[in-house]
Amino acid sequence: MTALKINGEVQQVDAPDDMPLLWVLRDVLGMTGSKFGCGIAQCGACTVHLDGQAIRSCVTPLAMAAEGEITTIEKIGDTPVGQRVQAAWLDLEVVQCGYCQSGQIMSAVALLAANPNPSDADIDAGMAGNICRCGTYPRIRAAIKKAATL
Amino acid sequence: MSPRLEAAPPVGRHALSRRAIFKGSALLGGGLVLGALMPRVTKTWAQAAGTPPPIEPPSAFLRIDEDGLVTMIIPSTEMGQGIYTAEAALLAEELDVGLERVSLVAAPPDEKLYANALIGMQMTGGSTSIRAWFLPLRRTGAAARQMLIEAAAGSWGVPPGECITSNGSVSHAASGRMAGYGELAAAAMALPVPSAITLKATDQFRLIGKSLKRLDTPDKVRGKTVYGIDVRLPGMKIGTVASCPVFGGKLKSVDEAAALAVPGVSHVLKLDDAVAVVGDHMWAAIQGMQAAAPVWDGGAFKDMSMEVLVGSMAKAAQSDGLVAHDQNDAPGAYGKAATKLEATYQLPFLSHAPMEPINCTVQVKDGVCDVWVGTQVPTRARMLAAKGAGLAEDKVTIHNYLIGGGFGRRLEAEYVGQTAAFARQVDFPIKLVWSREQDIQHDTYRPYYYDQLRAGLDGQGRIVSWQHKVTGASVYNSYMGGWPADKVDPDAVEGAVETPYAFPAQRVDYVRWDPAPMPISWWRGVGPAHNVFVVESFMDELAHAAKQDPVAFRLPLLEKDPRAKAVLQLLADKSGWSSAAPAGVGRGLSLQLAFGSYVGLVIEASVGEGGLIRVHKATMAIDCGFVVNPDTVRAQMEGGLIFGLTAAMYGQITIEGGRVQQNNFNDYRMMRIDEAPVIDIHVVASEAEPGGIGETGTTAAFPALANAVFAATGKRLRKLPLSPVDLGAA
Repeated sequence: MTALKINGEVQQVDAPDDMPLLWVLRDVLGMTGSKFGCGIAQCGACTVHLDGQAIRSCVTPLAMAAEGEITTIEKIGDTPVGQRVQAAWLDLEVVQCGYCQSGQIMSAVALLAANPNPSDADIDAGMAGNICRCGTYPRIRAAIKKAATL
Repeated sequence: MSPRLEAAPPVGRHALSRRAIFKGSALLGGGLVLGALMPRVTKTWAQAAGTPPPIEPPSAFLRIDEDGLVTMIIPSTEMGQGIYTAEAALLAEELDVGLERVSLVAAPPDEKLYANALIGMQMTGGSTSIRAWFLPLRRTGAAARQMLIEAAAGSWGVPPGECITSNGSVSHAASGRMAGYGELAAAAMALPVPSAITLKATDQFRLIGKSLKRLDTPDKVRGKTVYGIDVRLPGMKIGTVASCPVFGGKLKSVDEAAALAVPGVSHVLKLDDAVAVVGDHMWAAIQGMQAAAPVWDGGAFKDMSMEVLVGSMAKAAQSDGLVAHDQNDAPGAYGKAATKLEATYQLPFLSHAPMEPINCTVQVKDGVCDVWVGTQVPTRARMLAAKGAGLAEDKVTIHNYLIGGGFGRRLEAEYVGQTAAFARQVDFPIKLVWSREQDIQHDTYRPYYYDQLRAGLDGQGRIVSWQHKVTGASVYNSYMGGWPADKVDPDAVEGAVETPYAFPAQRVDYVRWDPAPMPISWWRGVGPAHNVFVVESFMDELAHAAKQDPVAFRLPLLEKDPRAKAVLQLLADKSGWSSAAPAGVGRGLSLQLAFGSYVGLVIEASVGEGGLIRVHKATMAIDCGFVVNPDTVRAQMEGGLIFGLTAAMYGQITIEGGRVQQNNFNDYRMMRIDEAPVIDIHVVASEAEPGGIGETGTTAAFPALANAVFAATGKRLRKLPLSPVDLGAA
């Protein structure tokens, strides 16, 4: 059993140490807000926070995740920055199919937490790891700027 | 456990009680259930609006609970395009309710009730949802409203004409009486559906034409939306699939013992051409599949390469083919032309790569089959599930979910049949999730096209002859089967025959060439995503050959189509077309009439070292007729454009050794935020018949970018994707 600190609670997980956190979340704990997109850290759909840093849970082994505190999309709205990002996302209707947006929001929150007033270049650098097939990039850019002002 | 669990979770502001969830093909409980008021024949906007609607047998689009909660059964699948909100607005507008008391559920498979009138099937695709449902859903809402008024007037003993409705209630001013829809629903349901239905005039709309907040997005930003891939059922196991990497090949052997030795793996299931490894979680399935190390017999396609495929197409393109359009002897006019131009364009195979990889959950038990899946085609999914499960269609229940990206991929349901064929081998529910590699290597691909263009100009640089020969696969044949060899595939020439232009002489030919067993299908933008690239690229070539400005060159050809002309003029104005482009930047133009909408696009792009293209800005002008949700139109234009630019710059699936060479997002690249241009959209206010929108931005992107690259570099690229190698050599 591995003790996983997740969204402020400790969960005992019966899974191998090398199992990627994404599958622990989705298939063991039933937390399906984090998404599978590529499995090789190319698309960012699986992004969660480990000690506040955006990480790709599809390539992060359980053992590594257990060394810190995990935050997922299910509870990011409880943080002030998360709340602002979600509000801006809804205000500007960023979302289309929505499948990548858990990861987009987690990356955006990590970006804003580290850099409260990001420039276009900062946004590009912070968000280029997250693919959106619906093409919501212009609205993501605008929503991050908006969230910075809320 | 019961094999029949709940249907797809509903969407809406109002927390829906379990009793109101739509199940199977019947609604639970009482309340008003209203039939679809489908026009049998699609007419023009004006004609249809004035025609009394024929009444279909009662069915379910609307349900009003005793507490006034309105449940809407939405006929189109939500895959990000905003259709749930738009179709809910159509119903709610005429019913006279606010969207805050509305819940939405997916329509179950039922061709009779939910067939899209423009397609003739229960399908969400081809940018047809608003075009097909604009009137039927409004009529349904309006009929329900009239029935509620009748019920109120009857119980109060007052003339119906003196009653008014407002946000979910009926009132009678003279007597001061008022009743909520919930109280009236049971009595209203007992009344006949009115034959004369009065629709609101457009100036009475409260919801239609307004940028409404989407009903599906609040859950999506909180990670609460359940997509097909998120389904969890008691006793369910999770697996992954490997199909023979060579199209048409078979499974030879698999190391079952090694797979079963992986902790968490419980089953190795086999089909003729595929393996599923199933276990407690995806990690076990992935490792189990590696251990299983399936061995394949590639079969006849195993030596196929792009060189052979394209060589074979080029050879086929020399034959005459079928005449798709023949007006005023274009070959004859070409012979007499002062200037003659010829060009060959090639477009690659493309994968859809929606962010939600292909997945399906099936349980086959006790002679019934349940399918949990996001699909654009519920009846097709049911038919294929029945086939895979070896059951009759009426033993199959489809639970449809919101889709994490469709783009045409979920118009196919072969994976539903495959999952059912695996699931019938066990008695518990299995969720099969494809790896991204499986998703890309076993897609149903946009076909390769090989197009030959030929045009003649007169001494003044005016087009006197336009000839276009398309060589490519028939998607109609692959999708429906049995498309006659002597009949032109309408998809293959869509956008080639009907252009915005009045050519004095025009001929379009079609040579059918099929890459089977490689599977092909619809891809966002369908026929026009191929033909608009070719037509608009060649128009640009002709304009330059005539030494004319590309806008000025097109305008005289638009004299008979004022909407096209207005869009082009608006585009020229808003894009600053007549001003000089920034240094090193080229401006490229495209104009199209597709899906009932006019779209003009100007791209500003530059080409840097190594032939790397940078897209700086996109300006769009669009006339898509009457707009239901303006913000959704913009969102679809933005997203469609980026989808098209992505493919124009990076998209190609190639074949070597009979198998797809691309694997994942590392080698099937997507545009990312740091490459996305600034997008400026101008929508023409219009009361014309609504046009389609979802595919138009994609279609426009290819030629506008190619023309911008030409403007920036002088290099004409006639092959997609626009290759840095070709540009670097410029």
